[in-house]
Amino acid sequence: MKIAVCVKQVVTRDWPLRINDSHTWVDDRDASFEMNEPDAYALEEALRLKEQHGGEVVVCSAGPPRVNQVIREALARGADRAIHVEAESLASADGAMVAEALAAPMEEEQFDLVLTGLQSDDQGFAQTGVVLAEFLSIPHATIIMEVQVGAGRVRVKRELEGGWFQWVSMSTPALLTIQSGINQLRYATLKGIMAAKKKEVRLVEPPAELARRQEILMLSVPERTKEIRLFDGAPAEAAGKLVQALKDDARVI
Amino acid sequence: MTKTTTTAPNTGGGMWLFEDTTSGSVFTPERLSDEHKLIDQTADEFVRNEILPSHGQLETKDWKLARVLVNRAGELGLLGTDVPEQYGGVGLDKASTVLVGSRFGQSGSFGSTFGAHTGLAILPLHCFGSDTQKDKYLGRLVSGEWIGAYCLSESSSGSDALGAKTRATREPDGSFVLTGEKMWITNGGFADLYIVFAQVDGEQFTAFLVERNSPGLTIGREEHKMGLHGSSTTPIILQDVRVPSDNVLHHISKGHKVAFNTLNYGRFKLAVAASGNATAAIGEATKYAAERQQFGQPIATFGAIKHKLGEMTVRAYVVESMIYRTTGLLDASLKGNEIADAGPLRNILEELSIECSILKVAGSEMLHYVLDENVQIHGGNGFVKDYPAERQYRDSRVNRIFEGTNEINRLLIATTLVRRALKGTLPLISAAKRLEDEVTDPPTLVEASEVPLAEQRSTVLAFKKTSILVLGLSMMHYGDKLGEQQELLSCVADILIDTFGAESAVLRADQAAIDAPQNQLLQIDATCVFVNDAAGRIEANARTALASMSDGDSLRLQLAALRRLLRFSPINTVEKRRRLAETTVERGGYIFR
Ligand SMILES: Cc1cc2nc3c(=O)[nH]c(=O)nc-3n(C[C@H](O)[C@H](O)[C@H](O)COP(=O)(O)OP(=O)(O)OC[C@H]3O[C@@H](n4cnc5c(N)ncnc54)[C@H](O)[C@@H]3O)c2cc1C
Repeated sequence: MKIAVCVKQVVTRDWPLRINDSHTWVDDRDASFEMNEPDAYALEEALRLKEQHGGEVVVCSAGPPRVNQVIREALARGADRAIHVEAESLASADGAMVAEALAAPMEEEQFDLVLTGLQSDDQGFAQTGVVLAEFLSIPHATIIMEVQVGAGRVRVKRELEGGWFQWVSMSTPALLTIQSGINQLRYATLKGIMAAKKKEVRLVEPPAELARRQEILMLSVPERTKEIRLFDGAPAEAAGKLVQALKDDARVI
Repeated sequence: MTKTTTTAPNTGGGMWLFEDTTSGSVFTPERLSDEHKLIDQTADEFVRNEILPSHGQLETKDWKLARVLVNRAGELGLLGTDVPEQYGGVGLDKASTVLVGSRFGQSGSFGSTFGAHTGLAILPLHCFGSDTQKDKYLGRLVSGEWIGAYCLSESSSGSDALGAKTRATREPDGSFVLTGEKMWITNGGFADLYIVFAQVDGEQFTAFLVERNSPGLTIGREEHKMGLHGSSTTPIILQDVRVPSDNVLHHISKGHKVAFNTLNYGRFKLAVAASGNATAAIGEATKYAAERQQFGQPIATFGAIKHKLGEMTVRAYVVESMIYRTTGLLDASLKGNEIADAGPLRNILEELSIECSILKVAGSEMLHYVLDENVQIHGGNGFVKDYPAERQYRDSRVNRIFEGTNEINRLLIATTLVRRALKGTLPLISAAKRLEDEVTDPPTLVEASEVPLAEQRSTVLAFKKTSILVLGLSMMHYGDKLGEQQELLSCVADILIDTFGAESAVLRADQAAIDAPQNQLLQIDATCVFVNDAAGRIEANARTALASMSDGDSLRLQLAALRRLLRFSPINTVEKRRRLAETTVERGGYIFR
């Protein structure tokens, strides 16, 4: 089975976030980066499927040159080779733009299964996988908890709301967006890290007319507001006003 | 001696004191490769996910769990970074080993299990074992299937390690019978292979490989220790333990070579672990200081706390710079050699014994400072067991005691230099003569320079000259009786430690212009603070040393010479420490990695 895993590089979770001067993105100039968490689970799922059913795992990523870090990491964890659609403009691109950038080189490859993370830790749109499935003209299923592979089909468990799950059977090729925490991540072994040096990373140019479809107009940090009201008068009178305010304004009694 | 070709000029073995190390030629953390970073990430994830959460359980002396953890580390390749692939290792450079050791340093208890296993068992076997011995044991140790321990100390011989009383009696069939009692053996309670030092025929100090199930070998009870409760420390009792002749490690009567080279590397690795422990603790201290509110504001905003965070950062930065510089010297001299040929490694470990001792003292004392201030920043919470600060403080204390006490290491630093000077391998005597002329020449005015670090560079040069002045005078004054002057030698050692630290910091900050421009200003801050304070310490140590040898006019002349060498004006360290502390808080932890 030929499996693709799409991975995104995001700013490290414990990086103290600061918004950039134009208020359109975080200031990531000297940030450290890591693999988007759900993508790490998607990679692990792909590696496990390969171990059970044989085949190949190909990492696909769209982004600026620095994305090479997470591609190398995926190769070190056990992926066989990689496709990197490289362009500076792909940093902080929207889901549709990333999907479009990945679609052409991925289509050529004729993957049996494409796994992506459910959503990214930075933008959180949960759209890249879904849009990519459309570009590739293959069916998709989202929020996947478990994957069972049969002949020409997959059976997958989706997470619904309120503790409910749904099993879906679909034909392959198919695209699945993977939920975090569904398996146990492996470490990159030191031998794996050294072996990754020799694995192929194919650099691909994005389509010429690739452009953003969405623009972030403004980012802001949620403001915590605190209002203090002082009730004056004699203690009994002030207490009366307080009770009234708790009833009428705060509506807590 | 095996010939090694080195690309960079070799300024190890104390040579840095006499030669200029060219800018751009030292190894620094900023020069780690992408693979190094991934190795670091694996080690960090493993320690944070598997080791740190196991601490409580390890402290109940659950050695089964310790074995499982060693085994898992082995599966990932973390036990054999620098062991050849033919023995199950990964065959990497020392920089990789440093990264892994530094991450394990975050865990005091498991760190010492790991440290004894890799540094005190795997390393001597790799360096000194015969092919048969390596075939038999090395793979098992590297995979973590077997655990190793190193049995040198005895109740009556700790620092005086060669004074061990354990006897090895030759048998007619060539085998040996070992009798004696070893003390304070790390991993003693659950190791499978013990490297035991004993006297053959009462005087030939020799290392042996002894398997755990050898009849006559018993394990004493666990010591009740101040710290490292999750690490096994026991006596090992040998009663007529028969050891086949094949299990002599290296040669009969060459046990001191095995012991001392292992200790050299162990000292280096101790500093590496201390560095990892300190940087992690700076992260904890920073987070606590940013969250803890007093008088309506985070304590991190108080100058007294900023001073601590700034100084912790400075000291950690300097030790880290010395470690990577030494790592670079190790890797450069091993480059191009078959890793399976351990000869070059033995030679370079012996050559770098001065640097290894410097690192041991500087690393353990830096860690002590950092963990002490970490407790202080935690206030009352630093004194209770709910926070790791309390345990780390106790766990780290032994770092100044084992792998050679800091007193012994200070003496080694100074006496090794003197010995190499007398042998002519270090040009101390000619340098001291040249200096004598220089300090009596009329002073040349140095022009103030705007180039960053120019002043620090010339101050480091002055530190070197001060070291040479004091060492030269000491050798002249005491001749072959110098060894008896321990206080003087310790002063000299302190000057040398500060000098090596200051120079390593300057070189790293200088290179950061190219390797890490975004961090260079902060590295310059840290370097300037260290050089400034080191100048004060070096002057005080030099005065103590000179006044212990001379008096009257000759002392006055010497002190005048010292003043001419160490002319420097203090810088505003308050401002620089504040900036370092504020950036540390902003980034949520140690800023130079
Ligand atoms: C937790 C722990 C783990 C250990 N693990 C191991 C292990 O795995 N293998 C092993 O072989 N050993 C191990 N040791 C032993 C350790 O190496 C020794 O304790 C250490 O070398 C000091 O020896 P000592 O205890 O006999 O102290 P001593 O040698 O008695 O020293 C006492 C004091 O006297 C000073 N002193 C001694 N001689 C001199 C001198 N010539 N000049 C000036 N000052 C001097 C020392 O610096 C020290 O301050 C361990 C110890 C501990 C506590």
